[in-house]
Amino acid sequence: MLAERNYELGKRRYVLGAIAFAVVFIYVLRLFSLQLLSDDFKRNADSNAFLRRIQYPARGGITDRNGKLMVYNQPAYDIMVVMKEQEGVDTAGLCNALGITVEWYEKRMQEIKDRSRNPGYSSYTEQLFMSQLNTEEFSAFQEKLFRFPGFSIQKRSIRQYTMSHAAHILGDVGEVSPSDIEADDYYRSGDYIGKLGVERFYEKQLRGEKGVEILLRDARGRIKGKYQNGKMDRAPEPGRNLTLSLDLDLQALGERLMTGKKGAIVAIEPSTGEVLCMVSSPTYDPRKMVGRQRGVNSANLNRDPARPLLNRAIMGQYPPGSTFKTSQGLTFLQEGIISPATAYPCSHGFRCAGMKVGCHSHPAPLPLIPSIATSCNGYFCWGLYHMFGNRKKYGSIQEAMTTWKDFMVSMGFGYPLGIDLPGEKRGMIPNADYYDKAYGKDWTSLSVISIAIGQGEVLLTPLQIANLGATIANRGWFITPHVVKHIQDEPLDTLYTHKRYTKVKPQYYQYIVEGMRKAVTGGTCRGANTTMYEVCGKTGTAQNPHGRDHSAFMGFAPMDNPRIAVCVYVENGGFGAHFGVPIGALIMEQYINGKLSEGSEARAKSFENMHTISIQDGTE
Amino acid sequence: MALNNSNRKDEGILRSLDWFTLFLFVALLAMGWMSVCGASYDFEEGTQLLDFGSRSGMQIIWILTSLLLGTVILCIDDRIVESFSYIIYIGFVILLFATPFLAHDIKGSLSWIKIGSFSIQPAEFAKFGTALCVAKAISSFNLRLDKWRDLIICGIIVLVPMLLIVLQKETGSALVYLAFFFMFYREGMAGSILFSGAAAVLYFVVGIRYADEPLWGIVQISMGEFLVLAAIHLFSSIMMWVYTPLRGPFMRVLLIGSLTYIFAVLFCKYMLPFNACWVQWVVLAVMTIYLFYLALRDRLLSYALIGIFAMGSTGFFYSVDYVLNEVMQKHQQTRVRVLLGLEDDPRGAGYNVIQAKIAIGSGGLYGKGFLNGTQTKLKYVPEQDTDFIFCTVGEEEGFVGCTLVLVLFLILTLRLIHLAERQPLRFGRVYGYCVLSIFMFHVFINVGMVLGLTPVIGIPLPFFSYGGSSLWGFTILLFIFLRIDAARNRLLH
Repeated sequence: MLAERNYELGKRRYVLGAIAFAVVFIYVLRLFSLQLLSDDFKRNADSNAFLRRIQYPARGGITDRNGKLMVYNQPAYDIMVVMKEQEGVDTAGLCNALGITVEWYEKRMQEIKDRSRNPGYSSYTEQLFMSQLNTEEFSAFQEKLFRFPGFSIQKRSIRQYTMSHAAHILGDVGEVSPSDIEADDYYRSGDYIGKLGVERFYEKQLRGEKGVEILLRDARGRIKGKYQNGKMDRAPEPGRNLTLSLDLDLQALGERLMTGKKGAIVAIEPSTGEVLCMVSSPTYDPRKMVGRQRGVNSANLNRDPARPLLNRAIMGQYPPGSTFKTSQGLTFLQEGIISPATAYPCSHGFRCAGMKVGCHSHPAPLPLIPSIATSCNGYFCWGLYHMFGNRKKYGSIQEAMTTWKDFMVSMGFGYPLGIDLPGEKRGMIPNADYYDKAYGKDWTSLSVISIAIGQGEVLLTPLQIANLGATIANRGWFITPHVVKHIQDEPLDTLYTHKRYTKVKPQYYQYIVEGMRKAVTGGTCRGANTTMYEVCGKTGTAQNPHGRDHSAFMGFAPMDNPRIAVCVYVENGGFGAHFGVPIGALIMEQYINGKLSEGSEARAKSFENMHTISIQDGTE
Repeated sequence: MALNNSNRKDEGILRSLDWFTLFLFVALLAMGWMSVCGASYDFEEGTQLLDFGSRSGMQIIWILTSLLLGTVILCIDDRIVESFSYIIYIGFVILLFATPFLAHDIKGSLSWIKIGSFSIQPAEFAKFGTALCVAKAISSFNLRLDKWRDLIICGIIVLVPMLLIVLQKETGSALVYLAFFFMFYREGMAGSILFSGAAAVLYFVVGIRYADEPLWGIVQISMGEFLVLAAIHLFSSIMMWVYTPLRGPFMRVLLIGSLTYIFAVLFCKYMLPFNACWVQWVVLAVMTIYLFYLALRDRLLSYALIGIFAMGSTGFFYSVDYVLNEVMQKHQQTRVRVLLGLEDDPRGAGYNVIQAKIAIGSGGLYGKGFLNGTQTKLKYVPEQDTDFIFCTVGEEEGFVGCTLVLVLFLILTLRLIHLAERQPLRFGRVYGYCVLSIFMFHVFINVGMVLGLTPVIGIPLPFFSYGGSSLWGFTILLFIFLRIDAARNRLLH
């Protein structure tokens, strides 16, 4: 049958051709919108196919100023689980291999699946099942690992300590909290972060940079090799090593001497601001804060009424007592209230308008230098009385107070000094507003007279007192105290290399230095005198309304070219000469000579056994 | 001189063969093989592409045997094929009937027969048998498809294998037989039948697929219902333009209708949300009454027929909705939804289509390059080297590669239309239209499914999808037509 030529029907070929053309056109438009207009699909594809496995860098090590290793890393092994793959695993066998109970296993599995506790949960990705197995546990488990599909081992490193000292300075590392993750998207759930001390302050330097290995993952979550044979991977960048300014031997001695006492020792190298030792007592063994026992130990330390976790050297705020008189003498000299020759009367204290501040018996009247040496209360009360009463110079007592406050602030009081440790307290230097509020403008120098002798409202941290010692040793300047001397491949913050000058001219410091020298040779600090080098010192006995007085000492040595400035503060230690002076002397001897003489060693032993508190070691 | 004769005959075929189509065929095969390589490549083991143990290696065997098969077909006299048409058809009907009893259950499908170590799917081959049969019937009896009787005869020839394939639980392959309606249309079936059929499918798919989605964020309006009612309005207007002489009523219906809809939706969005479909009912009712009024006024039946079309369409849509939601059992509803690609997998509705879109979308302009695609190889895309093979093209060759493939298929379709139209015999033309209709249907449904535009119906993409049965089926289909075409000049000698 020949095909008929029906032209009406023949035209229908164009309809069919047009349909084909239209459909292809629509599909090309659709392809255009899918492939060229949106990046979402590309991102989705990447998150489908690429498993970014994080490579953890080694955390930086920490040594003391002489290169003695203090903190290093030890491998530990986390057990990870992928929920989707572990279904049907031999639970009893697993618990047996890991030495855990079935109840613990089930509880842990519930915790992992609980999105309120584990926000990033996905049944297709690795979740932390059990952390920090040691090498023996790891090798025992690894042999059996093949029996437990879905479980894998992730190598991590945990902190390890060569010694038991300097817990407060070193701080510790622990798992990141949800707020850490929120604050810095570097962290993922289960990562470690410095919690206290330099571990926290230098977290960025110590942690290094995580690397990443890009693996290909199929739709069932199985790993199918490396993406582009690892070309896109990034190796982890190890953390930087820190050299602390601490002298480990000095730190150890300080901790020994403070055994059984509450308080702090801070020693600073005046020329650099480097902290040579920082003891806060009671202390704890940093080794307790690692491993799986961390949680229990940390809770115990937190509950201890002696508060061993508190770093009293920077967080304890104490009345500085007589150590503060040095700053007053300097202020009065600079302001022209007194001259070195000015003498004030003292008859067992400062008496004025019915007001009395007691003093011990000593010859009177005395000029500045012997007043420092004998720690005369009357002298400095009169000085403050005359300064605050000088309407001609200041106009009002408020103005005088403001001037005084500015002097104190320039010496590093009233605000955190800026040490490279978290949690530093500012202490307390009252200003005119403070008293206006307290007394309603109606106050005189007599109302506030006790601040002249480091009592009343004035509070300093032991660090600020030690820094005052360093400032006097330097005759008028200090470098912000810091505990890290050197960071690997990175300069220190300029804050820790620049001199800060006080408002007092260097020439006035000479008189205070002389007074402090006299205190050692023939005054309140005779216990610190030695023939080996010239020690300067100042005791402090701070009245404590809650109990026995606090015993304080501030000093430095040698007098010229000083190498160490120290503050000892023993809570409820009684007279400054009782605990403060001898402990300070031992610290200076240890640092300057590198060791203690036999006699000193014997004295150190006796101090070690002299307790002011009954130690309640909550961690035992 | 027998030898001499056969020599001359061969020269005749080589000269009259349509080399352009052959070139398109080879180009598509080559691109198809690359896609199978991409889809079956294993990153971990770095599959040897030519290793016969791998899918890509096996596909080479299928391609080579297809070429051999094509050559053999070109050597057979087309008149023999034509004269065997009925026998081939009846043979396939018997085979299709027997298949479920012989078949191994593969994923619930009873369409595969195992012969030795190979499995073949008779449904893929039955297409050319059906095409030959319907072409032979039309040409022998000079059937006129604008007549109901003749159309029904042809319909029965097509429906028998279709129903037998449905019994094999291969609904997708069965639906391919709807492609024959394109050929029926060319051979004289009323255009309104094709149009009504297309409209019915559109109402059904759009209405159910988008039934539960809000329109433009307005929860009171079901997107499916709104779109279907708007489509009924639009189609009625188009029919007025095509079938009636006056332009005024057409403009009135189109403009008033669309403005009312736009106003109603804006009112819903910004003033008071309500179900704007009520407005559509009113408008459609007014339009129908207007059409009947025009029919009476102008004494023109077309207006009344269009009115009936609008009423019928609305009735069809709501009865489908009613049957699906009220009459059908839960599991039957599920099957319909599965057919529409709404519930197609265990991981939640639309997983397959979403992964397919991700794979294609991630390809960008030039794609990730040969064997560099991740989504298909890592098995995020299901059926990645068979039904969803186009994902590999999208991911590895990008927009450029996809467009090239679609354009090649378009050229192939247009070329086959050209070849069919130049046939001196009706047999050749009908068969040619059958071939191009089947190709069109496969390409449009397969690619549309991967792009998320058509329901998920599991049918292969010609020359691309992995597998011997479908490739052989398409090759036989195409080469029989090329053989018929090569003999087109015989009558002129």
